[in-house]
Amino acid sequence: MKKQDKSIDKASQELLEIAEREGIDTAWERYEAMVPQCGFGELGLCCRNCLLGPCRIDPFEEGPQKGVCGATPEIIAARNLTRMIAAGASAHSDHGRDVAHTLLLAAQGKTEGYGIKDEDKLLSLANELGIKTNRRDKKEIAKEVAEKVFSEFGQQHGELQFSHRAPEKRQALWRKLGIMPRGIDREIVEVMHRTSIGVDNDPENLITHGMKTALGDGWGGSMIATELSDVLFGTPRPIRAKVNLGVLKEDEVNLVVHGHEPTLSDVIVTASQDKELIELAKKNGAKGINLAGICCTANEILMRHGIPIAGNFLQQELAITTGAVDLMLVDVQCVMPGLSSVARCFHTKIVSTSPKAKFPGAEHVEFNEEEALPIAKKIVRMAVENFKNRMKEKVNIPKVKMDLVAGFTAESVFKFLGGRYRATYRPLNDAIINGRLRGAAAIVGCNNPKIKQDWGHVEMAKELIKNDVLVVVTGCSAIANAKAGLLKPEAAFQYAGKGLQEICQAVGVPPVLHVGSCVDNSRILITLCNVVNEGGLGEDISELPVAGAAPEWMSEKAVAIAFYVVASGVFTVLGNPFPILGSREVTELLTRRLTEVVGANFAFESDPIKAAQLMIDHINKKREALKLKPVMYEKEEVLVK
Amino acid sequence: MEKIFCDIRKCLGCKSCEIACGVEHSTSKNIFKSIREEKKPRQRVIVRSTTKEPFPLRCHHCEEAPCIEACMSGAMYKDEKGVTRHDPDKCVGCWMCIMVCPFGAISRQESLALKCDLCPDREDSFACVEACPTKALFAGTWDEFKKRLGQEKR
Repeated sequence: MKKQDKSIDKASQELLEIAEREGIDTAWERYEAMVPQCGFGELGLCCRNCLLGPCRIDPFEEGPQKGVCGATPEIIAARNLTRMIAAGASAHSDHGRDVAHTLLLAAQGKTEGYGIKDEDKLLSLANELGIKTNRRDKKEIAKEVAEKVFSEFGQQHGELQFSHRAPEKRQALWRKLGIMPRGIDREIVEVMHRTSIGVDNDPENLITHGMKTALGDGWGGSMIATELSDVLFGTPRPIRAKVNLGVLKEDEVNLVVHGHEPTLSDVIVTASQDKELIELAKKNGAKGINLAGICCTANEILMRHGIPIAGNFLQQELAITTGAVDLMLVDVQCVMPGLSSVARCFHTKIVSTSPKAKFPGAEHVEFNEEEALPIAKKIVRMAVENFKNRMKEKVNIPKVKMDLVAGFTAESVFKFLGGRYRATYRPLNDAIINGRLRGAAAIVGCNNPKIKQDWGHVEMAKELIKNDVLVVVTGCSAIANAKAGLLKPEAAFQYAGKGLQEICQAVGVPPVLHVGSCVDNSRILITLCNVVNEGGLGEDISELPVAGAAPEWMSEKAVAIAFYVVASGVFTVLGNPFPILGSREVTELLTRRLTEVVGANFAFESDPIKAAQLMIDHINKKREALKLKPVMYEKEEVLVK
Repeated sequence: MEKIFCDIRKCLGCKSCEIACGVEHSTSKNIFKSIREEKKPRQRVIVRSTTKEPFPLRCHHCEEAPCIEACMSGAMYKDEKGVTRHDPDKCVGCWMCIMVCPFGAISRQESLALKCDLCPDREDSFACVEACPTKALFAGTWDEFKKRLGQEKR
């Protein structure tokens, strides 16, 4: 693979060349070595769920067609996919649980590292959860909120509180289908039970429960993570920042945070501004302490503090290849075990912090919320002290960085639409109704060496905004689009259609809006509910002219997200297919029949332009069904057709 | 003569043939034990792909074998059945066979050349053919293989 085929990112290309020269293995080389990947795995036809197996089904129908237990390709593919949902939902939910735990400790006064930054949000959450707020101390309220939220994880019956935010019609559908989630953990446990040997052997029944589990993520675990993070660390507001590996500094201590949970990265922000530590850095010959991030923990501190982002998922090894990272701090999720072998070629220290996630070759400094600040300071000090070990001749920081605006939320962005004193979604709904905007789309998800890095995200976003579709992004997709310059307000003039341009100009926002980390996809759900509630665009999310996509997905978390988005009524296009194509029935269910069940389905398309066209076609169909006016600035040739 | 053929349209790249070949050339001939043997067994078939389509790469026992022509020590030779054999006692590790093999089917084990030996420990079967879950690998004569391809639906 040539470097141009690996990534569209100039910084990545530059460092890939260095990696090749120095004989440093990255995910791309490991992927190439892995090709051809196992066809059974790719097709979803291998089952390792019991020791009658491992079994696999011959897709050419000459070898075995049933597992030892008698499982058909349909059963095997459905079981495997449902387990992927459970794993993804577990990751998001455990993240949410940790944030709830931190809120509880903060409320009990057991930690000095955290406080309550957004009191308004705390009060509105308390009201929603039926907790009294009158003349009560905010810590008391926070304690009760945390405990109420905690109980949602282990809840055995009833309904998740935040699922009641969904439009009435959607809630009724979930109840009718029996997919209203009861408790976050319960649904996940049930997946593991159902998919074990000899339990649920009906593909549709399995996928249906998969959707229930995913809803417990989107409207449970993830939403809890987002809401409580806002309470603890502040609800983001639009903020300027910089992105890409060029944010690393040659003359400063570079500390890179990588992983997902804001509980640690947020206190690292405080610790890195500690006067004593900055003095120490200067004593060590550095001009200061430079903090940057990778993956979603980066998005968390970008959204709230404007901390620069060094890169997305596939750039974690390349960040170390710059030779300028003095310490990379990791917590959980999407952290490659390959990091430490790259780090061995440089002076970089990898520090793992979560008791849940240890890495070979990494130093472990265990984090706990009670002593958050002292631990954060200890890690920053380690970075500062490692600065002197940096090998000057090995430092190669690409001069590539980009400006961006981030920090949009369900609360903030549309406040601007309605003006500072009259926050309302009316102008947004009107823009869609009168055809200035065709609709809206979310591009989310990972990087994957199977698709040229960032190419899927960026090309798709460009195609959508060109066609007057407002785009919201999260996670590694947000970072990809930021690097390509699409998160600058000026991008509207360069790339957006006329209608979207007018909106961006009037409101002063970029055509592509960064709404946060991957758990913050819940912000998109809330936004959709608000749009439905504002009126004029139908009564359910499935009626809205919107679509979702994950063009470069790889993580099980992406599977959980994709399922809660579809189960909430949004058509979703995936760059790589789910590993289920070995089963005709499951493929048919997901790509067609699901529409009749939940009002939305999946499509698999690896070409981002073609995928964007599928989304635009879907949006057009929804506009037609709502009998909306034609799109204001529809291109002539399209009208002629 | 009987050889191993592959219907590459059916190869999924699962590498089952690689695993089976490795186990076959181990001392224990048992997958769990073989991977723990002191001298790691080496497979003589390897699954590769050019673009996206995978295929198993192994010795084709060519009628006019360039490796035999190139072998200066006479380690590569044809036996009475027409099978291309390798005599490790004669091999000097000059790697000329690797250089000239048009398929890239010869690899190295320490200082000796290594290639498909058509499973000498077996009576009438081949480990890779047996392991192939899609029956892409086929043992028989060229004519039998052609006939089989003709019978395929695809």
